[in-house]
Amino acid sequence: MWNYSYDLFSLFMRAVFVENLALAFFLGMCTFIAVSKNVKTAIGLAIAVVLVQTITVPTNNLLYNYMLKPGALAWLGSNFKDLDLSFLGLIVYIGVVAAMVQIMEMILDKYFPALYNTLGIFLPLITVNCAILGGSLFMVENKYDFPQSVVYGLGAGFGWGLAIMLLAAIREKLRYADIPAGLRGLGITFVICGLMALGFMSFQGI
Amino acid sequence: MLRKLLDKIEPLFKPGGKYEKFYPLYEAQDTFLFTPGEVTHGSTHVRDALDLKRLMSMVIVALIPCIFMACYNTGYQAQKILHAAGEVKLPETLWDGSWRYSIMDALGINYKANRGEFLSFGSLLPCLIHGALFFLPIYIVTMAVGGTCELIFSIVRKHEINEGFLVTGMLFPLTLPPNIPLWQVALGIAFGVVVGKEIFGGTGRNFLNPALTGRAFLYFAYAKEISGDKVWTAVDGYSGATGLGQINAVEPGTATAAMMASLSGTYNGEKIAAGAASWWDAFIGNMHGSMGETSALACLIGAVILIATRIGSWQIMAGTLVGLLGLSTVFWLLPFHAAAYHIPPWWHLVIGSYAFGAVFMATDPVSAAMTTKGKWLYGILIGVVTVIVRCMNVGFAEGVMLAILFANTCAPLIDYFVVQQNVKRRLLRTA
Repeated sequence: MWNYSYDLFSLFMRAVFVENLALAFFLGMCTFIAVSKNVKTAIGLAIAVVLVQTITVPTNNLLYNYMLKPGALAWLGSNFKDLDLSFLGLIVYIGVVAAMVQIMEMILDKYFPALYNTLGIFLPLITVNCAILGGSLFMVENKYDFPQSVVYGLGAGFGWGLAIMLLAAIREKLRYADIPAGLRGLGITFVICGLMALGFMSFQGI
Repeated sequence: MLRKLLDKIEPLFKPGGKYEKFYPLYEAQDTFLFTPGEVTHGSTHVRDALDLKRLMSMVIVALIPCIFMACYNTGYQAQKILHAAGEVKLPETLWDGSWRYSIMDALGINYKANRGEFLSFGSLLPCLIHGALFFLPIYIVTMAVGGTCELIFSIVRKHEINEGFLVTGMLFPLTLPPNIPLWQVALGIAFGVVVGKEIFGGTGRNFLNPALTGRAFLYFAYAKEISGDKVWTAVDGYSGATGLGQINAVEPGTATAAMMASLSGTYNGEKIAAGAASWWDAFIGNMHGSMGETSALACLIGAVILIATRIGSWQIMAGTLVGLLGLSTVFWLLPFHAAAYHIPPWWHLVIGSYAFGAVFMATDPVSAAMTTKGKWLYGILIGVVTVIVRCMNVGFAEGVMLAILFANTCAPLIDYFVVQQNVKRRLLRTA
């Protein structure tokens, strides 16, 4: 029991720091750079991503294990024993993500209209955020079981959210910096991402 | 006399003068040597003797013990190895051609016969000169290349050359191993100054410590050359790991003190003991490593100067101490297997570059957290991450540099939360 929970804990830490979706794999860059202009919005998006990840990764895990993976449909009877539906993976995962985001959007619109307005177009765009899909795909690739996928989803979302909050804070701090004209805006943001990744490299190999 | 000379050439650099473009260069010389004659004219007016220039100069003063130990220890370690190697065999060819040893021959220093104790009177000057012959080339390259980058930027972007570079240019060579190739030094400092600082608009606008950015760039780009066994001692052909490097290689369960004492390196295939025999040796700095990092004592003197002049933040230094000691005590007491977990907390303080990083790198006022509470958190974060990297990461032996870079990226967010919390509290108070 102790060992298992220790494994889960180290899986979480690895998902947050070592295999950070934003700073180690550079996934979800469009939202990462567009919504990091101020910390408040970034926190909102971070929470949204954590929620979506924590729900979609385990859901997709169940779907994969009981419907898509080779031989997963054996519970329907012996006729389906050899069926391999894993080619449907991408569509199914995207569908789950899209549904989740739709529900999220309705909830935010109803209960947190301010946050809903600041997130704007980027909330529906989470659907096509490669970090979210990436989370599900990594889960399949690494063959996580159900508890692991819950922890991994939470960790991956948290890591991405942490990265965007850090970036937003740095960009707020640099708002009055005298950056050379050619680098202002996107250019310097990419440089900052690179330097942040340098900071995160300390955890590589743990 | 200098004043007269500067006054005489000043018109040349003023707008319309012959060397108008090089005004920043002139300005730097002028204000470095004399207090500027200009006075503020606007309504806001702060009277304080402590301007950026004095602040940066104080850091250099605080670094003097470290520089001294860097030169001395580099020389001492080299002579110790050469001396021990001399008993095994004397491969004259290894250093006969080298210019450094020619200079020492010319000065009449017998580097092979040195039998003095560490920091003894007799070994002081020879070791100092020996080490300086390694330190100075690196320092000169740093200043030349980094200074050129800084100059180009200040001319093109028309800002003044800033004294911040003096500190960066002094810190950077101290973090390097003595045997590093000079072209790597040039590359590292150029990356640090340009990408770490200048593209953000110069001193005060960067979010990572420029010296550390350059160091980390070298570390990841030339991992083999900069973190192996060969670079830590200023003797060609000698290879020996640093204390922390060694720990990952030993049997689990070895006591740290015994391990450090048994540290050995090889010289042309022969084993030579090279460890710090006791905690005190490690504290004073009798071991090899990056030039400035070996002596915790020298860093401690620096820390006292920085804190007394209120230039370095004591909250940050105390924070790193809390984080480092706290987590390493936990690891030390828990039943883990790997030897790295069993380094006692007090050894953590003196091996590796913890002292140097915590005193001079973490307290960089630009890239550290600004709020008082934030400083504590920032310091603790550095300490904790240092221990995590040292103990849990088999890939990297040393963690301080990376921990500080990581904390640098976190500092703005820490500040943000502290400020928000303050805002909330005050709103509540007035509500």
